[in-house]
Amino acid sequence: MNLLTIIGESLRALRTNRLRTGLTMLGMIIGVAAVVLLISIGQGAQSKINQSIATMGSNLFIVLPGATSSGGLSFGSGSVKTLTVGDSEAIAELSLVEATAPVISGTAQLNYGANNWSTTITGTTPDYFNVGNWNIESGTFFSESEMRSAVRVAVLGKETARNLFGQEGATGKIIRVTNRPFLVIGVLEAKGQSLSGRDQDDNVFIPLTTSERQITGNQFPGSIRYMMVQAKSAKTMDEAEAEIVDLLRQRHRITGDMENDFTVRNLAAIADVATGTAKLMSLMLGAIASISLLVGGIGIMNIMLVSVTERTREIGIRMAIGANRRAILTQFLAEAVMICILGGVAGIILGISGAWIVSQLADMLIVITLGMVVLAFAFASAIGIFFGFYPARKAALLKPVEALRYE
Amino acid sequence: MLPVRPSTSSQPLIKIEHLCKSYALDNQANGSLNSQVLFDINIEIGQGEFVAIMGHSGSGKSTLMNILGCLDTPSSGRYWFSGQDVAALSGDALAQIRNRNIGFVFQGFNLLKRMTALDNVATPLLYAGMSRASSRKRALEQLRLTGLTDFSLYQPNQLSGGQQQRVAISRALINQPQLILADEPTGNLDSQTSCEIMALFQQLNREQNITIVLVTHEDDIAAYANRLIRFKDGRVIHDESVT
Ligand SMILES: Nc1ncnc2c1ncn2[C@@H]1O[C@H](COP(=O)(O)OP(=O)(O)OP(=O)(O)O)[C@@H](O)[C@H]1O
Ligand SMILES: [Mg+2]
Repeated sequence: MNLLTIIGESLRALRTNRLRTGLTMLGMIIGVAAVVLLISIGQGAQSKINQSIATMGSNLFIVLPGATSSGGLSFGSGSVKTLTVGDSEAIAELSLVEATAPVISGTAQLNYGANNWSTTITGTTPDYFNVGNWNIESGTFFSESEMRSAVRVAVLGKETARNLFGQEGATGKIIRVTNRPFLVIGVLEAKGQSLSGRDQDDNVFIPLTTSERQITGNQFPGSIRYMMVQAKSAKTMDEAEAEIVDLLRQRHRITGDMENDFTVRNLAAIADVATGTAKLMSLMLGAIASISLLVGGIGIMNIMLVSVTERTREIGIRMAIGANRRAILTQFLAEAVMICILGGVAGIILGISGAWIVSQLADMLIVITLGMVVLAFAFASAIGIFFGFYPARKAALLKPVEALRYE
Repeated sequence: MLPVRPSTSSQPLIKIEHLCKSYALDNQANGSLNSQVLFDINIEIGQGEFVAIMGHSGSGKSTLMNILGCLDTPSSGRYWFSGQDVAALSGDALAQIRNRNIGFVFQGFNLLKRMTALDNVATPLLYAGMSRASSRKRALEQLRLTGLTDFSLYQPNQLSGGQQQRVAISRALINQPQLILADEPTGNLDSQTSCEIMALFQQLNREQNITIVLVTHEDDIAAYANRLIRFKDGRVIHDESVT
């Protein structure tokens, strides 16, 4: 029998018991749909993290005031004022360090005409934009001289610009920052979410000096909230970290067993951890979904075994009129594989639709790749062959007389 | 796989020597028990013969038919089909003999359910490697010859017993076999229909020289044959030509 005939025969056999075929197929549909849906969610999460990392800037450290144990991950403890602009300038001189950017931050109310918007205000040096891998969309960053003379200029994050100006161009306009007029000199390109899930575009940047003297104020002159440090090379990150720690301990007069009053975090390492976690999550989601596929496969095997027993007489008749072992084997194998292929196609469609709905409802990034669809399909077919083989072999090994005599 | 060619006149189509068959009965109380069903059977049947096998129930007629049809194997003794030692053939070769050289007709018709008469008749051709379209064409022609054109799209459960048996005979004939094995083909039919079926067998035997071996309990059915073999308790007790 040629392949087309075998497929035709198996489809006919499947049609004669629609409900059973449908229910068996449902196991496959759910399994494949789960695989497609969960993997696309996993890949979505992964690619989102990759996007954040790509915008992050390379070879970065963030240096925070306060000891690791007390400072924790939060930027906002604010009570410790041990880091200064002087520290930042000293670190910038280190041999393995490319540049540093001290930051004072807080929240500020911005007004433009009738629009007002409350956002994070970041007072920093011009190096910040380089270190943080920021690109300007229109206008310019502020300069070293604007920084020194503490002029009232502002660079807006994309989201802030949209909220204040809508479609209108922002550059050259005067806005009010906590009621002081500032000239908007530039708008940044959008970056999206950071690794920690913060919207990096909802921000306004002003010179550090301006911020210190006019906006956030400062009880401890020269102290900063944190600083970004860019190392010269990815290869010497660890050595650079040691240099920074040594220098700060020296500057802060910390000796012997005394605890550091600052924390150095390697952002590349954090990014690695995040990527690893996302990969692991992807893998685990896929594995969990695969279990449902496996269960579907066992369902197919079960139903095929029942079918072989029920159709023992049919098998006997077929053998009597000339079917050889291979013909019987392929017939039953084809039935199992057809269930899987049809269920697989339906499952892929269902999974993709499900992924789309999830992306719409939950505002999640979903990534569906052709490779993944092909993989799900191949996996489904493989399950059909694997779980269909044993029942089909059982059918093929029946003895003709015994099969014919079966009641 | 050796293709089996129609036998020459010098060679019998069927030759069995000292054939015995016993079944191992697995019985929990008695352990394994052997029950012998056929004892030292020696039969030769030539191409074109029409043989009736009679004997009471349980005498081993069906057992012999299954062995002749390569559906079962003897416990001892030898069987040559068209000069070929059947014991030496592979499973695939046996399947091919059943497909090309032997046609079966059963008491219970044994048609494939939920398949039209046409597809039932066409199935052996599919196993012979023919495409569906040409197999259907051939099957339709065969159904016309057996007078079933109008019923080609009926399924077995929509046909009368006589019609079903005609479909089964059409299926047995589709690959132009040398041998038809019919185990009580009229057992489920009324006498009128039985006569029609037997007339069909007689016609096939006379016009196409097809060898027919038929099991029956009825003398008037056996009367269509030209040779009668009687069985009793697994032994041949009588074998003669009748004219
Ligand atoms: N699979 C089997 N296992 C054990 N014994 C069997 C088996 N098949 C047949 N027999 C025995 O073989 C003997 C002959 O059976 P067979 O079917 O050949 O009889 P028969 O002559 O065709 O009878 P009937 O005219 O009723 O069809 C019976 O006694 C039966 O019990
Ligand atoms: Mg019998």
